[in-house]
Amino acid sequence: MRPSLRPAKADDLGLRRALSDRLLPLLVTAMTILAALTLAGAIAAAGLARHWRGGAATMVTVQVPDPSDAAPGGTTRAVAVARLLEMLQGRGGLGVSGARLLTEPEVGALLKPWLGVDAAALSLKLPAVFEVRMKYSSAAFAAGAAGDAFAAGAAGDAFAAGAAGAAFAAGAAGLDAALARVAPGTLVERNGVWLSRLTGLAASLQACAAVALAMVAFIAAAVVALATRAGLAARRDAIEIVHGLGAPDRAIAGPFSARISGLAFGGSLLGLILVVPLLIGLAQVSAPFQADAAGFHSPEALLAALPVFLWVSLAALPLAAGLIGWSTAQLTVRGWLRRLP
Amino acid sequence: MVRLESVGLRYGRADSPGAGHNQALHDQVLHDVSFYIPGGGFRWLLGPSGAGKTSLLRLLMLAVRPSSGRLEVLGTAIERCKRRDLPPLRRRIGTIFQDFRLLPHLSAFDNVALPVRLAGRPEGQVRADVEEMLRFVGLTRRSDARPAELSGGEQQRVAIARAVIARPKLLLADEPTGNLDDVQATRLMQLLIELNRLGTTAVVATHNQALVQRYPGRALVLADGRLVQDGTDVAFAACDGTQWRGA
Repeated sequence: MRPSLRPAKADDLGLRRALSDRLLPLLVTAMTILAALTLAGAIAAAGLARHWRGGAATMVTVQVPDPSDAAPGGTTRAVAVARLLEMLQGRGGLGVSGARLLTEPEVGALLKPWLGVDAAALSLKLPAVFEVRMKYSSAAFAAGAAGDAFAAGAAGDAFAAGAAGAAFAAGAAGLDAALARVAPGTLVERNGVWLSRLTGLAASLQACAAVALAMVAFIAAAVVALATRAGLAARRDAIEIVHGLGAPDRAIAGPFSARISGLAFGGSLLGLILVVPLLIGLAQVSAPFQADAAGFHSPEALLAALPVFLWVSLAALPLAAGLIGWSTAQLTVRGWLRRLP
Repeated sequence: MVRLESVGLRYGRADSPGAGHNQALHDQVLHDVSFYIPGGGFRWLLGPSGAGKTSLLRLLMLAVRPSSGRLEVLGTAIERCKRRDLPPLRRRIGTIFQDFRLLPHLSAFDNVALPVRLAGRPEGQVRADVEEMLRFVGLTRRSDARPAELSGGEQQRVAIARAVIARPKLLLADEPTGNLDDVQATRLMQLLIELNRLGTTAVVATHNQALVQRYPGRALVLADGRLVQDGTDVAFAACDGTQWRGA
């Protein structure tokens, strides 16, 4: 049997009084709240970036001026573009995964904020507007997102070789070039530039969160080290006695670690209990920015709507606090004991 | 077995808790001390206050390492011993401190139980051993009392019980009868003699001249940190100190 004192609950070293169950747990509670908010911020930033990438940012707006005018091939410009997009969607060309022609009332509604009245009332000649959904992972879209290089590459004679089919066959030919062939003057508006900036913003937020988490962990370790040293000072005589009786370092560091990790775990658990309602409140505030705002109307729905990874991370916080407490106490006590022969 | 060859001891900051506050502790407290105690031997440790008795006992209980010379305790050369090898050696040494050194938050029972728990004995065996030991020192009914609730003599008896419960190979005692009445002092000496007869090496520091005369044996006499006598014919006058004579 390995030489040891009794289990920590027997308190052979008198640590219940030497290591108060008030200050340390409260400090860990505060740090857990900070860590939880930081984690939630980081995960929310990642979620928003993902949402932007997968949602609005993958949408491309194609405007076809003079949609009723004739296009090469004997059709109207609008129909030529619709056919091209339909063909690209069907074959997955140029990263197009879906396309929809907006109705005139929808176009009117889009313009209303700028015109002030219904566009139909002004007898304006409206363009045909297509909402095109791109695959974010597609090379073509990635190129566009990186800086409007969407149409980079060979436009060349793709259309000449067989209209839209040849454009698709060209592989790397851009959507802009293909559209220009079937309906010259067609405008393509994409969100690549602001997506790239928002993604950068989200990444920097995540980096800040990682630094903040590291700082919280470092401060937690420092607080635990200070508390442990205070406990060592308070129980110096007792430690020297059991050391003199032949207790190995492990037998002395063990009760300290057990006590400290228990206090840290308890404090962190309290912090978790306090921070969850706060997080749910924040989630409610940020609901409009999330994809599934419809699911945020009840607390149960909120719980379900928050990312699973966030819950897993939150659940890990007390374990992390306990681990930091255990390891820091071990290092501190063993370091202190090395001064004894 | 204990062997010292030209051992010197100078307290440094790392060796003594109070060294930083007491410049005197930085002084050399033991000079060129050499003696040998065979296994199962017994030695009185005599000398006036400040002669270095407690420092010598601290060396033997492995609370400090020698600053110079060679120290061998229970067959282990301490100056070459790694730190991690010392705890098992300490568990073979029993010590009775002058100031008892009991853990104030533990009961008499738990104080006495510390060495056997550290020795890894099962809890059932610990209970039986501790109860027997407390019965021997007459503290059965005080087993739940904490040191603050015990008299000086009772605390001394708890300290004695704790020192001998694990049947140490080396027993060190610093003024073990200082707080005991004659009956208890006699019982303690009978216990020490019995342990010694069973093979425990014993070193007992005392000022009690009557005790030494009642239990004559070989003695080590220290004065000013130097060993001035090692023999059976103890000349108290050799100490040449009024504290020793009068104590």
